Amino acid sequence: MGSKASTLLREEEIEEIKKETGFSHSQITRLYSRFTSLDKGENGTLSREDFQRIPELAINPLGDRIINAFFPEGEDQVNFRGFMRILAHFRPIEDNEKKSVAVSEPLNSRTNKLLFAFRLYDLDRDDKISREELLQVLRMMVGVNISDDQLGSIADRTIQEADTNGDNSISFNEFIKVLEKVDVEQKMSIRFLH
Amino acid sequence: LYLLVRRKKNHGSRMTAQWTLSLLLSACLFRASCSAPAIPRPPRSLHPVRGFNNSGGSLSVDLPMALRVFSVDYHHVQAPFEIVLWIMLASLAKLGFHWSGRLPAVVPESCLLIMVGLLVGGVIYGVRHSAPPTLSADAFFLFLLPPIVLDAGYFLPGRLFFENLGTILWYAVVGTLWNVLGIGLSLYSLCLLAPGSLGDISLLHCLLFGSLIAAVDPVAVLSVFQEMHVNEQLRILVFGESLLNDAVTVVLYKLFESFLRMPSVSGLDVLLGGCRVLVVGMGGLFVGLFFGLIAALTSRFTSGAQVIAPLFVFLYSYLSYLTSEMLHLSGIMAIVTCAVTMKQYVEANVSERSNTSIQYFLKMWSSVSETLIFIFLGVSTIQDVHMWSWPFVCSTLLLCLVWRATGVLLLTAVVNKLRRNTVTFRDQFIIAYGGLRGAICFSLVFLIDDFPKKRLFITTTIVVILFTVFVQGMTIKPLVELLDVKKEKGALPSVSEEIHSRLIDHLLAGIEDVVGYWGQHYWKDRSVFTHFVCVCVCVCVCVHLEF
Repeated sequence: MGSKASTLLREEEIEEIKKETGFSHSQITRLYSRFTSLDKGENGTLSREDFQRIPELAINPLGDRIINAFFPEGEDQVNFRGFMRILAHFRPIEDNEKKSVAVSEPLNSRTNKLLFAFRLYDLDRDDKISREELLQVLRMMVGVNISDDQLGSIADRTIQEADTNGDNSISFNEFIKVLEKVDVEQKMSIRFLH
Repeated sequence: LYLLVRRKKNHGSRMTAQWTLSLLLSACLFRASCSAPAIPRPPRSLHPVRGFNNSGGSLSVDLPMALRVFSVDYHHVQAPFEIVLWIMLASLAKLGFHWSGRLPAVVPESCLLIMVGLLVGGVIYGVRHSAPPTLSADAFFLFLLPPIVLDAGYFLPGRLFFENLGTILWYAVVGTLWNVLGIGLSLYSLCLLAPGSLGDISLLHCLLFGSLIAAVDPVAVLSVFQEMHVNEQLRILVFGESLLNDAVTVVLYKLFESFLRMPSVSGLDVLLGGCRVLVVGMGGLFVGLFFGLIAALTSRFTSGAQVIAPLFVFLYSYLSYLTSEMLHLSGIMAIVTCAVTMKQYVEANVSERSNTSIQYFLKMWSSVSETLIFIFLGVSTIQDVHMWSWPFVCSTLLLCLVWRATGVLLLTAVVNKLRRNTVTFRDQFIIAYGGLRGAICFSLVFLIDDFPKKRLFITTTIVVILFTVFVQGMTIKPLVELLDVKKEKGALPSVSEEIHSRLIDHLLAGIEDVVGYWGQHYWKDRSVFTHFVCVCVCVCVCVHLEF
């Protein structure tokens, strides 16, 4: 998938993506056409600039972090496989999937969805949301209307509610526990058109 | 009356006090109604040449050639006096129920109020031997309904409502059409099958009847669902549907009524009728928007006179209702839109005290209105204009239930494909079962032009209303428990939940942008909506300044 000539998706690749992500055939082809429409350089990969060209994403408070989430550690390009892997997190959980415990945890399970959200906070990947990381995200979401002191209190309160082992930061397990009453499966799902 | 009081004393003091209270009230009520001009009483004076007010209200001590020391001029204060007595009855009845402990848990308030109304109506009928005052359609539509709808619109959970707007509109418009046509056509086929007694009811009459009986009533739904704490999605679906189907009901009712008056109906007229639904709905929406924005603008300048700030809220909403009623648009949609629009601006602009006053007065007025409506429903049932017909009444009841159930099932099957959170079967059952009819049907049936079977329609409407409110209203709570329908979350979300949910919302909006999909989150994303609203408000302000 490096040159312009091989921009068409091959059947084997579709099958592999289907197995890995659980998307249907038509969903994959539809998302592929979206991928190619975003890929202005036509080299089969997306760069950060390609994402930043999406106008609504530019005004999203968390736009930069979301774009970052698509790119694997230290890389500047994401291919279609990687693109689909990220989008797979947002597939709705089908009823029959819930019951199949045999297969290894699918990308769109509740834990993986929550891990994705967790990683939006946790930039340095130390598996903890520190107070500074929380403050950064809060400031991005809230804008300029709230003073630093007030924001600090909100951050302190958030950590206090979640923190059970007293290390003044939120670990992934504490994060899961705090959101146990929230219907994450439905909140973090997009109905991809067939 | 004395015997009744005597007997009730054996049932425990609480019940007694309650019954004596209500009986005392009905006593003063019947005394008031007795002295109404309807019954001319012979003047008590011994000197007929005195020259009394023969309208039957005045009483005077007859001292020849002296000043009247004591006189009762009831006629002078009759109208407000009677209104206050009714409101007093309603409020004391409400007090009584909540005081009686276990009763409100089992029987919904609406049922108890109708029973009080029945009792009072019976007393008045027994005394006067003529029909008690009925709920006049004008009084209902102009005075009793607006406060309730305003209260509902002001406290509508906006975000949830707009998230489910598509589904709600789907149920309200298509569902109501389905019910109206289904009930109307089935009743007509019934009338064809029984030409003896029902032969003179035409197709248009059946459709007219169908249009008024099919609509779910917001007042009844609100009062029953308030006491059940089902999950908020279910609640907003049923409630939103009952509010929005007003547009369809109003149009269909007026349409069939005008068809009845016209000599012939062509296909073009039906098509025009369809366009009218759109006009009425959208028209009501725009009238509401207009008044809502003006109210928002006015609230900016109320800092000087904080005391009258709440008044503007009520005045503008009522004005929007009256304007749309004047233009034959949907008043309910106008007032709901007005309330939803102005709420955020008013809350930001007026003082804390004014906000509290607004909320408090809204709740109070809507509560009084609701109580009065149900009591009057009970009172108006006692009449001598009833015409009974077993097949018609029973089949109407059956058809209402059947058509609603099938309608909900079919519509939900379609809409679930497009929704993210599917509507489960249990929720569907509650939606179908919670389709209560109320005072709107009642008032509409009285407004029909007179024709031979009008009394039959009135009786049937009353039976359907009583059935839905009593049977369905009382059993829906145990059914919710039995079916284990998802209940609402008890506590408010914690700070963490709020923040993380916000993060997730932004995240999902971003992902939808990446995928190029205009889903829920695109419309929900605050920046888009507030931007749009700011533009509109700016336009208004700029227009204002140019003049």
